[in-house]
Amino acid sequence: MTDIIKQKQGDECMGAITGLILFPLAAALGILLVKNDEVRNMIVRVGAAGTAVLTLVVVGLYFKSGIALSFRLEKAIEAVMAIAETAIAVYVISIGIKYKKYVISVLSFVQASAMLCFEFTVKHNIEVKHAMIFDKLTAIMVLVIGLVGSLICIYAVGYMKTYHIHHKEYKERKNFFFAVLFLFLSAMFGIVLSNDLTWMYFCWELTTLCSFLLIGYTRTKEARNNSFRALLINLGGGVAFAAGIIFIGIYYKTLELSVVTSMKPEAAMMIPVFFLSLAALTKSAQLPFSSWLLGAMVAPTPSSALLHSATMVKAGVYLIIRLAPLLGATPVGKTVTFVGGITFLACSLMAISQSDAKKILAYSTLANLGLIVICASIGTQESLWAAILLIIFHAVSKSLLFISVGSIEHQIGNRDVENMDVLLGISKKLALYMMIGIAGMFLAPFGMLISKWVAMKAFIDSNNVIIVIILAYGSAATLFYWTKWMGKLVSRANMNQQSESKFHLDEEIPITILAGMVVVSCFTFPLVSKYALIPYLTEVFGRTALIPIGTNDIKLMLCMLSMLILLPISFIPIYKNDKRRKVPVYMAGENTGDNETFYGAMNEKRKMELSNWYMVDYFGPKRLTLWSDVIAAAILVSGVIMMIGGMA
Amino acid sequence: MNILILIGIAMLAPVAGGLLTGIDRIISARLQGRQGPPLLQPFYDVLKLCQKESIEVNSMHRFFVYISLAFVVFTTVILLSGGDILLAIFALTLGSVFFVLGGYASNSPYNTIGSERELLQIMAYEPMVLLTCVGLYYAENSFFVKDIVAAQTPSIVYLPGVFFGLIFILTFKLRKSPFDLSMSHHGHQEIVKGITTEYSGKDLAVIEVTHWYEVIIALALVYVFFATAAPMSHVFAVIVCLLVYLLEIIIDNGAARVKWQQALKSAWIVTGIMGTVNLIILSFFK
Repeated sequence: MTDIIKQKQGDECMGAITGLILFPLAAALGILLVKNDEVRNMIVRVGAAGTAVLTLVVVGLYFKSGIALSFRLEKAIEAVMAIAETAIAVYVISIGIKYKKYVISVLSFVQASAMLCFEFTVKHNIEVKHAMIFDKLTAIMVLVIGLVGSLICIYAVGYMKTYHIHHKEYKERKNFFFAVLFLFLSAMFGIVLSNDLTWMYFCWELTTLCSFLLIGYTRTKEARNNSFRALLINLGGGVAFAAGIIFIGIYYKTLELSVVTSMKPEAAMMIPVFFLSLAALTKSAQLPFSSWLLGAMVAPTPSSALLHSATMVKAGVYLIIRLAPLLGATPVGKTVTFVGGITFLACSLMAISQSDAKKILAYSTLANLGLIVICASIGTQESLWAAILLIIFHAVSKSLLFISVGSIEHQIGNRDVENMDVLLGISKKLALYMMIGIAGMFLAPFGMLISKWVAMKAFIDSNNVIIVIILAYGSAATLFYWTKWMGKLVSRANMNQQSESKFHLDEEIPITILAGMVVVSCFTFPLVSKYALIPYLTEVFGRTALIPIGTNDIKLMLCMLSMLILLPISFIPIYKNDKRRKVPVYMAGENTGDNETFYGAMNEKRKMELSNWYMVDYFGPKRLTLWSDVIAAAILVSGVIMMIGGMA
Repeated sequence: MNILILIGIAMLAPVAGGLLTGIDRIISARLQGRQGPPLLQPFYDVLKLCQKESIEVNSMHRFFVYISLAFVVFTTVILLSGGDILLAIFALTLGSVFFVLGGYASNSPYNTIGSERELLQIMAYEPMVLLTCVGLYYAENSFFVKDIVAAQTPSIVYLPGVFFGLIFILTFKLRKSPFDLSMSHHGHQEIVKGITTEYSGKDLAVIEVTHWYEVIIALALVYVFFATAAPMSHVFAVIVCLLVYLLEIIIDNGAARVKWQQALKSAWIVTGIMGTVNLIILSFFK
């Protein structure tokens, strides 16, 4: 690693990276203190734009050669972290006691005291060479977090304005909300940059706290319950993380992730790897830990968008990608793969039964994270290639979908997919962006499908037949629920156009940019692959990685993409001089003429209502959740047994 | 030269597909004790449709049918020119999705029901289609049709279960009973005209031509199981394709449409058993 990464001591060149972490933190502080609405909105916009620019600067500076950092003031930084850690623990323990959620207090106490003990005793004897490493994977993650995250923050400005007009019952705590969003970004940067596991753990716990605060924003009973569930599950993951770190620290005398991942996957190593994977699985909301992410839907949409696309859940899969060399065909690797598999399949099926747009998106997030977890834990070059691309494509498409749904909710009053047929009459733009987002999630030749394709190849090459079969079924279900949603969006083409209503510029700009990013990312993935993924994978595996898709196939894909974009344009001239006779739709001769009502019995006018299929009896969460949770838990338990068997 | 071959494929495939449909109609008629139309009847139908006035319920829904045709042609060209079979299937799926969206876009009750059923059918057959590609890759180590048909041993030797599963779901793809829920050639079991209710004239002609292409695509999938480096195997593969088509016609005439529950369940169960068992056995020998 050292020959590729230029090691630089001292402070001279880490200004940009330190700035990347501290700048959102400063923005958060500023936002928290400013009471004036307009000024604060301005700070949010500037903060978001600044974060995005800083992201580009950092990536521009260090992308090519990468950098490994060690800090002169490491002891001071660690002291600050210890203080913050203690403060967070005290806060969590006290609210646990206040709301009688004693398990939370206990979990928080256990991990905080264990970590503090560890830091003040064992850690002193361990030398950490590089506290932070910036390589190509970090660069990709930083780009995703910095760009998508800051767009969501700008969107939040417009969204929260309308949100509090619609929801007068909730107390307005916007400065708190925006501040936590920025704190979140800062913590996420910390996670992906840290090489010192204790630093990563600190940021990891910060994201747990942030998600807890965001989910509980409205302070309703439901919000409080869901936020405590999120806290409970993620604290459980935190305990596993802490256990993993302490084990590594005591047994292997190191705390560097890069050192850990370059070790041999021997039997004893499996214990900390299992703990770290467990933490990653909770963070990425895999079954049976997925309920917190579904509950997170009660929060205002920007925070769901952030949780689901750029941050939080991506931290989990990021860690699994880092651990990939230790997973693969090992017992822990197999366990993680199958947990991802069952999550992918069950959540894809359950998404069919949902009509609440945010619920569909949530299940789809779970399913796609499952897919990323599978790809990452299989740990071959091809599968990691697919996993990293999936992260990029999923972040862009999913954030676009979430914030579009947020705006749609404000336009049509609810977020039921059944009511989205009117959208084409209300806002053509939103309908179009929504279509782009959905297409990005599952259609050839858009991004997710490219990765799915490579994933499929990787699964066969690594002889994972069961996973291939799971992928085949899950993909079919995915196709079903997205297409029926798209169908709703196009279904009122014949409706009389209503007035085009305007939405906030703060909402429109991020949505437009993200929609552009979805399309551009599909055109540019060969470049991402060539300049980032291939070098990264070559370095990790120590032998030259190949792009898993042939050049001819890429050309054909790009040809399809162009067809998709150009075909609609070529049809416009036909419509211009269209002399076709327009007729009312066929309703067995009983159409009253307006295409919306028909003559029923006694000649009364009745409204025609068309509804999609949800097949709740087959795919409803009531039927599937328990079983899929039980299976996932059983897989985890058998993983533990296999691991112990491997030790003996 | 290459371009000419591709254009040739795009031109000849529908001719072959149309002829097969003509044979289908004659055999179906004979099975039902009728004389049946002449062989070229499907072409006459399409020509006649093109001369009819095209009426429409809105200016959007026909657009999806054209795009659907474009991607189905794309699929046919990729498959028959020896391209990547998985890419071809993805393009085909894209075409099917556009066809479904066309049905939704008309906002007609009968069309929408047809669309929903079509979508269900896609969900029912998609796993098996994907597993067919996977199986072929497993057996021959390549997704490219040109490599698969140049193998020494025909893929059917490795993949009998997958082949059976494929035949089962081709009933969906060829729009044959008992799995012709979204649109059917049999008037007596149709809800008006399913997903095609609101199409007329040229648009209906386009849908008909799309179906010809799809027949060829379906049979091309059968073909790759039997073709090898030996020239005679290609003749044999063509004969098997015709036999499979004949079998589908007989099933079509012998079965009534089933409910969607049975269609989905049976397709997924057959896929699960035939595909999975076959692939797992294959994986042990790898």
